[in-house]
Amino acid sequence: MNRYIVLRVVSGLMIPMILIFAFYVQFHGEYSPGGGFQAGIVFTAAFVVYTLLYGLDAAQKAIPPEAAHALSAIGVLLFAAFGFASMFLGGNFLEYKVLLPNDQAGETFGIIGIELGVGITVAAVGLTLFYSFAGRRSEE
Amino acid sequence: MRIRNLLAVTMLTGIYSLVVAVLFVLMDAPDVALTEAAVGAGLMVILMLGTIALTTQEERRHRVRHNLLALVVVAITGAALIYATLDMPLFGDPEAPAHAHLSPRFTQESPEEIGIPNMVTSVLASYRGIDTLGEAVVVFAAAVGVLLVLGSGSVRGRRAKTAARSRQEDETP
Repeated sequence: MNRYIVLRVVSGLMIPMILIFAFYVQFHGEYSPGGGFQAGIVFTAAFVVYTLLYGLDAAQKAIPPEAAHALSAIGVLLFAAFGFASMFLGGNFLEYKVLLPNDQAGETFGIIGIELGVGITVAAVGLTLFYSFAGRRSEE
Repeated sequence: MRIRNLLAVTMLTGIYSLVVAVLFVLMDAPDVALTEAAVGAGLMVILMLGTIALTTQEERRHRVRHNLLALVVVAITGAALIYATLDMPLFGDPEAPAHAHLSPRFTQESPEEIGIPNMVTSVLASYRGIDTLGEAVVVFAAAVGVLLVLGSGSVRGRRAKTAARSRQEDETP
């Protein structure tokens, strides 16, 4: 892709924007549309664009597939950890209001936490799927 | 009319997803629209393109056999489904059960109870937290399934590359 200098320059400007938008969708999800799922997919999309232009090896240097595998499990575990934490603090499973002394603050804290877990899982799973498909050589 | 070029079909699928996303925005569901645009028009198309790059671009031609029984079954099922929609409340009907029982509770009490303005997020993450946990597990399971079937791209790619390199080294001297 060395020949397409316009594509390279424009995407070099776009990819950081897409990543920042992903974080905005993630952490502003309480006030605006979006949340962990959407943010994770947008994050993956930035990496897909990067891979299309700079090749799979460059992308896998940034986030190795092994890290993506681990992160996809870590996100789910983070989500479940919030559930069990609220259980140990005397509430029901995923009853966030016991996490902090103030009910509302506890709920908000729990939602931000589990959205982060969902975001990590979705981004890592998206990367894993993409790496698996893109990394395979044609059988011929 | 049939399109046999799978590349064109993939592009049409992506365009369809974008149009549906616009439709969701018009129906005031930006959360769903964002998901549809990112997954349907973005990631799914990329994965399809990856599959096409690995397999083939043209659909093979099959001899079409007409099956009358299948047509009858499809017609009856379709008629039954259309008949079932007659029972459903009209679009946007304020008297619909979903609007009469659940919505007031969520729209009026969730900002007080949860403390965040986006009700979609409060429903997804708090009231239906276990659902969302299940969803996250399903997404994780998808990755596990793909890894089991396709294997991790990197390991195989590296192995193939080292094999190619050693082959080159064998040939150069």
